[in-house]
Amino acid sequence: MQLGFLVDLHLCMGCKGCEIACKVENEVPLSTWRLRVKYVDVGTFPETKRTFTPLRCNHCENAPCERICPVSALHYIENGIVNIDKERCIGCAGCVMACPYGAIYIDPETQTADKCTYCAHRIASSMMPACVVACPVEANIFGDLEDPTSNISKYIQRHAGNVQVRKPEKGTNPHHYYVGGGNVTLNPLASRREEGFNLFNNITTLPLGGHH
Amino acid sequence: MIHETLAATNAVVTLDVPLPDIFWGWYVTMNMWAKSIGTGLIFMIFLLLKKNSSEMTSLRTPTIIVSFIMMNVFLLFTWLDLHQMWRMWHIFFYPHMTSAITIGAWMATLFVGLEALMIAVMIMKKDTVLFDKLLFWVTLLAIPVTLYTAGIMAESTARELWQMPTESVQMILAATLSGSATIILIGGSKLSDETKRFFGAILGLSALMAFIIYMSEYIFGAMKAEEVAAVLEYVKGDGKYATMFWVGQWVAYILPMLLVVLSRVSKSSSILSLAAILAIAGLWVVKHVWLVIPQLLPLS
Repeated sequence: MQLGFLVDLHLCMGCKGCEIACKVENEVPLSTWRLRVKYVDVGTFPETKRTFTPLRCNHCENAPCERICPVSALHYIENGIVNIDKERCIGCAGCVMACPYGAIYIDPETQTADKCTYCAHRIASSMMPACVVACPVEANIFGDLEDPTSNISKYIQRHAGNVQVRKPEKGTNPHHYYVGGGNVTLNPLASRREEGFNLFNNITTLPLGGHH
Repeated sequence: MIHETLAATNAVVTLDVPLPDIFWGWYVTMNMWAKSIGTGLIFMIFLLLKKNSSEMTSLRTPTIIVSFIMMNVFLLFTWLDLHQMWRMWHIFFYPHMTSAITIGAWMATLFVGLEALMIAVMIMKKDTVLFDKLLFWVTLLAIPVTLYTAGIMAESTARELWQMPTESVQMILAATLSGSATIILIGGSKLSDETKRFFGAILGLSALMAFIIYMSEYIFGAMKAEEVAAVLEYVKGDGKYATMFWVGQWVAYILPMLLVVLSRVSKSSSILSLAAILAIAGLWVVKHVWLVIPQLLPLS
C-alpha cells in the first residue's frame, strides 16, 4: 500500500475548510500549519483571478526529512506515510532545514517537529483524513496509489499529462499530486509576496524559529 | 472617516500565517565557528610537530587545552540549540545512521574524549611521546569532524545554496584560517619568526582561497539555479544581509590577507597578530551570513 494525495486545483474554491478541519483535528497551534491554502492573485485589473493551492507534507518516497533526522523520529510506516514520533524528536530542526516544501514546523507547545501525517491516526481507524472529509467539492482525493482501482489512481490515469508535483527537480518523488497546477501555484518563487505591501502598518508574527 | 481609516491601518495585527523564519541562528554560527578553531588548532600543532618539533615543547598543553575548550563551546551551543535538549541522549541510543547529525555527534564526542585524554597525558604524566602518537589519530579524526557540518548542510535539501563540494572546502579552509590565527596568538614569542611566517602563509592563503570561493558563488551562483539567485539577492545591492556579508569578507579575508603580506614585508609580529584577530572575528560574521540567508526564502 502506498497512500497518496491528489488535489484538483480546478475544483478548489479556496473555502479553507480543509485548513480549519486540519487545525481542529490535530490541535495545530497558532502560527503553525500542517495544511494551508495559498492564494495567489494573477493578472492585471480588470483581467484578474485568484488561484488556490492547498499545501501539505508531500510524504516523499525519498524524504529528505527522514534522511536527516538523527534519531528516526521521522520514519516511514508501511502504508507509505512519513510519520513522526514526537516523543523521540530532539528538536534539532534538521528536518525543517531539509524539507524543500516548508511543510515541517517546530510545535511551540511541545518544542518538537511536527507536520501533516495524512491523519495517520484516523487512517488507522479506517477513516479519511480530516481535510478530505471537510472539502465540499471533493478537490482532495486520497487513496492507495498502488491500487489501480482506487479513486486517486483512476484520477491520475484520467488526467495523464496534466498531473504535477511540487519541485520535481529535488528528486524527492512526492506522493502528493496536483491537477491543474502551474508555475504560479506550485513555484513559491513565482509568486513571492514582497514585504511592505500590506494593508496594515504594524504587522507582527508569532515566534517560530530558533535563536536569531 | 479618513482619520478612522488611517487609525485602523495602524492597528497591530498578528498574522497566523506560515512565514519563513530562521531556525538555525547564531547558536549554530557559534557551533561552526568554535569547531573551526578547535579542529583547526589540531591541524596546526600536527603541522608544527612535523615541521619543527622543538617548538612544540611549551605549546602542547596550551594548544590542546584551547582546542578542548573550543570543542566544548561547540558542543554546548549544539546542545543549547536543541528544542528538546534533555533528549540529547536519543542520538546515542536511537541513532539514525543516514543522518550527518548523528555521525557528527558520535565523531565529535570521540574527538573531545581523545582530547581530554591528551590533556591528562600532558598534565599528569608529561608523556610527550604518547601525546604525539595520540595527536596523529586525533588529527585524522579532525578531518571528518570538520567536514560533517558540510554534510548536514548538504542534507538540507531545501537550501540549494549549500552544496557539499563548496561547503566541505569552506569548512576545511575555516579550520586552517582560524587554526593558524589561533596558534599565532597562542604561540606568541614561543614561535620562531620562520614558524610565524609559515603560519602566516597558511592564514593568508586560507583567506585567499575562501574569499575566491565566496566571490565565485556571489558572481556565478545565480547563473545555475533560480533558488540560489533568489538567496544571493539578500547579500547583493540593498539586500538585508549585504552589509554584514561585506563586513565579514573584509574582516575575515581581505584585511587579513593584506596584513599578512604587510607583516612579511615589515617583519612585524604585531601586524600578523592583528591579522589573526581579524580573521577569527570575521569568520563568525561570514559563517553567520551564509547560514542565515537561505532560511529567509519562502519554500511554499
